[in-house]
Amino acid sequence: MATFLAAGAVGGARKVLAEVQQPNRVHRSKVALSMYRDMPEGEIAIEEFERFAMDRLRVLKGVDDLKAKGFRVDQMQDKVIELYDKHMATAQREEKQRKDAVSHFVLRLAYCRTEDLRRWLISQECDLFKARFKDLPPRDQRVFMEANELPFRPLGRPDFEEVQEQLAQVLLSLGQAQQASALLNGKVPPESYYKVPFEQVPDLVASRRVYLQAGYAYVSKDQMSSLVVQPFRSALSKALVLTARRWAAVVAPAEADRLAPVVESLSQRYLGPDYSDAEKRGVAGTITARDIPVLSKSSFPLCMVSMQQALHDSHHLKHDGRMQLGLFLKGIGLPLEEAMCFWRTEMAAVAPGDKFDKQYAYNVRHNYGKEGNRKDYTPYTCAKIITSTPGVGQVHGCPYKTFSQESLRSALARLQVAPSNIEAAVGMAAAGNFQLACESAWEGKHGCACNTGINHPNQYFEESRKAIQAQQGPADPAAATVAAGGAAAAAAGPPKTPGPAAPAAAAAAAAAAGSGGGATTQLQDVLGGSSQQQPQPDSAPPAKVQRTD
Amino acid sequence: MSEQPVAEVKAEVKLEPAAQPADADFTNVGVQFLMAPYYSRLFPHQEVYKWLAYGNDGKHPMVDASFFQHREFCFTLDGDIFVRYQSFKDGLELAAALKDRCPSKIDIGPVYNVEPQRRAAYQGSGQGFCPMERELVFDIDLTDYDDVRTCGREGHICIKCWPLMAAAIKILDAGLRQDFGFQHILFVFSGRRGVHCWVCDERARKLTDEQRSAIASYFAVYKGQERGVAKLALGLDDHPALARAYALLKGAFEDRILPEQGLLEDEAQRKAILAYLPNDAIRNAVERRWDGVSSSADRWEALQDEVETEAQALEANRKSSEGARAAKAMRKAVKDIVCAYTYPRLDMEVSKKMNHLLKAPFCVHPKTGKVCVPIDPEAAWEFDPETVCTVGGLLNQLNSNSAAAAQGEEPWRATDMSQAVETFRACFLDALQAEVKEGLAEKLRQAAAAPTLAW
Repeated sequence: MATFLAAGAVGGARKVLAEVQQPNRVHRSKVALSMYRDMPEGEIAIEEFERFAMDRLRVLKGVDDLKAKGFRVDQMQDKVIELYDKHMATAQREEKQRKDAVSHFVLRLAYCRTEDLRRWLISQECDLFKARFKDLPPRDQRVFMEANELPFRPLGRPDFEEVQEQLAQVLLSLGQAQQASALLNGKVPPESYYKVPFEQVPDLVASRRVYLQAGYAYVSKDQMSSLVVQPFRSALSKALVLTARRWAAVVAPAEADRLAPVVESLSQRYLGPDYSDAEKRGVAGTITARDIPVLSKSSFPLCMVSMQQALHDSHHLKHDGRMQLGLFLKGIGLPLEEAMCFWRTEMAAVAPGDKFDKQYAYNVRHNYGKEGNRKDYTPYTCAKIITSTPGVGQVHGCPYKTFSQESLRSALARLQVAPSNIEAAVGMAAAGNFQLACESAWEGKHGCACNTGINHPNQYFEESRKAIQAQQGPADPAAATVAAGGAAAAAAGPPKTPGPAAPAAAAAAAAAAGSGGGATTQLQDVLGGSSQQQPQPDSAPPAKVQRTD
Repeated sequence: MSEQPVAEVKAEVKLEPAAQPADADFTNVGVQFLMAPYYSRLFPHQEVYKWLAYGNDGKHPMVDASFFQHREFCFTLDGDIFVRYQSFKDGLELAAALKDRCPSKIDIGPVYNVEPQRRAAYQGSGQGFCPMERELVFDIDLTDYDDVRTCGREGHICIKCWPLMAAAIKILDAGLRQDFGFQHILFVFSGRRGVHCWVCDERARKLTDEQRSAIASYFAVYKGQERGVAKLALGLDDHPALARAYALLKGAFEDRILPEQGLLEDEAQRKAILAYLPNDAIRNAVERRWDGVSSSADRWEALQDEVETEAQALEANRKSSEGARAAKAMRKAVKDIVCAYTYPRLDMEVSKKMNHLLKAPFCVHPKTGKVCVPIDPEAAWEFDPETVCTVGGLLNQLNSNSAAAAQGEEPWRATDMSQAVETFRACFLDALQAEVKEGLAEKLRQAAAAPTLAW
């Protein structure tokens, strides 16, 4: 880690941020929430630069997912706060504000370049801001507004008493009888209400959710969040445009080999578990070619099932399909010899004996890094699969995107997904939320909720195995190792970055070497609490591991 | 018609050879032919200009002479020819254009950032050609109430269905003044079957489309029909504005609309009203009571009585909160009926956008010949749409009073138009002028107080 902070690079990250932002006076806020007007002080290690940003990105993507799933803003409130606390937690409290600020500014750099990226960032950041603002107690809200010079002041006692009855009546009309009586009984302090010109809250006026008098709207503190977010949104929007200009003009050339790659890749970064090296994850050698049909029916995602089906029926897959399926199989732990055996058998009708060796064997070995430039290819992520478009006669890509609604329905039915989930999945696919559709199908097949979301076909597979284990009870060491492999894989870090993955990989190797059981707890200690994505089954006492034949 | 002997009439004719023949009656002439004399002698050019100039018509140092020039007018010429983006240097030029071209209708649009006549030069550059200010406007049309009035349909208007408009005027007026703090509000008869409302405060003129839409939604309760019953955005408990509106509407419903429209007399109407009651039991109970009485007023009494009895029974029988809720729901039926039949039904599209054109006050309706006169909201109930002055009638008056008219004043002062203009001034223009004047004085004070380089 420390090797990254080359002498002279210390403080470099902050300098870069400073050049593209507009630093103002230092501001130590007493409240946890910030308008991000000022840059954080002090040095920022490159490693923090990246890690903080990715944690924040997880929160923002989580917010986006919640919205795509159709949650309304009030329902999302608790979940968003939970997400934030989970990913943005730090060892010390003071650090939390710094992480908040640093991660926000780094994401500004990463998401300023195109209009679409800017719009996405603004949308998620505003929803996050609203949720966090609503979470503040009224006293903190007032401090926040004063500190940021927002022109909203709460009511004084005489004003409040003058309109108390009408405020209660409005609450009643909104169905909030309890709050209405609390207000009438004097249990609500005057600071819970703000008096603003009606022009500033058109949405509240239109739905008659506020009391109006002489051109002023009396807004409750819960409704204030939609008011306070407006200056936040416009400030962020302006800042992003400026940032884009200055990044392109000033910094990108200077930082081309250091920060630019990190920043530019952040927006496409895959944030899920690492499926690159099956050996490291301890799943190598656990699957054989004979297991594949069985596993396909129970745990493969739809994309892999349909490819495996097509391969089986027509004894052939075109190149892209072979890559997608082949790498997936490598990711679930199919070793090279078994893979060769599998492909040879499946394609026997079309490419017997010699022909197979000449045309296809090389590719299989290439996938495993045994030929050519010996590159160890990573199984494709959902994002990559979704963007690939199959042509005529090809079956790769994401079926939620490429299949018609009818084909999708029948395919999911053949997979034994529950009918209501089939409908939900078809609907989400039609709306363009392919990964959510896959998640819905997963839930419909396994009969329980998917805790992690689906970002990778191998993730689907592993979650599936875990769920099946949980339902059957831990049955055999192969399953336990798979679970442990999954645990090791839940590391925060992109594939191929040596730094953070190294200790995790080392621990995983140790775990794989040891017996399945103790590994899980060891791993949990090594990786710490923050980015784990382990549902209950993993933490079941290892003593329950049995051998069944 | 006086009963003078024929000889005297002839004598009168001889004395004033300039006067028109005694049997000329302009009410029989096609409206379009009368537009020329209307604009030259009856249209109150000065007053309309004073309004639209918003104080920029004088010689005060802080006057913005270009303000009026950026206002769009749209003329509808004979034969339905629309001519948009007309703009004029000042009131005199506008008056000359009206007298010259005699449009059958004048629409007023927004004030743009440049003269509408020269918009082509600005489109595509910078901000382009865009509206800067525009009064907040509302349009209420009796045709939207066809399902709840029995005296006629479509373009029909009479003294029996006018109370629906009067109620709308009252509610809008109260809401705009008390809730939104607006002060310069003008209500105008639309000429055939409705009312327009112009809110001319500076704060109102500067509202964005989104804010206008929000205000229109604030007043919107009627949301269309569903299976013969009106859909209303009403909950069990009312927002204070709705409570205030309901208090007014209930009185209007019981005193004027119910009896005059005979809403509980024929079979179809009775069924329609019964549909608002929550269940068959109460419907049957009410129908049984109706067998004994026949007038709408009595039947309404009976309905309310039954509902109240039932509500009290619900309160007593069930557990406290559930019973109270059920009772509220029962009583709400009465509120639903009153609101479905009388709550203002605004045309949302008119209010939503800054660049929506709206007919100007003092236009003449081409089909009825009626003048779009201002309405005093305090006297809304007493306004009679059937006796609104028409262009033919006014010209008739002009003739018979031609002696008075010849004294150098505007000719319309000798006719009923003077009443309409008086309403315009008293209810609207005078207050607006006072505020505008104060605004100019304030600007002058600020300019004087600002530091300058002058010694």
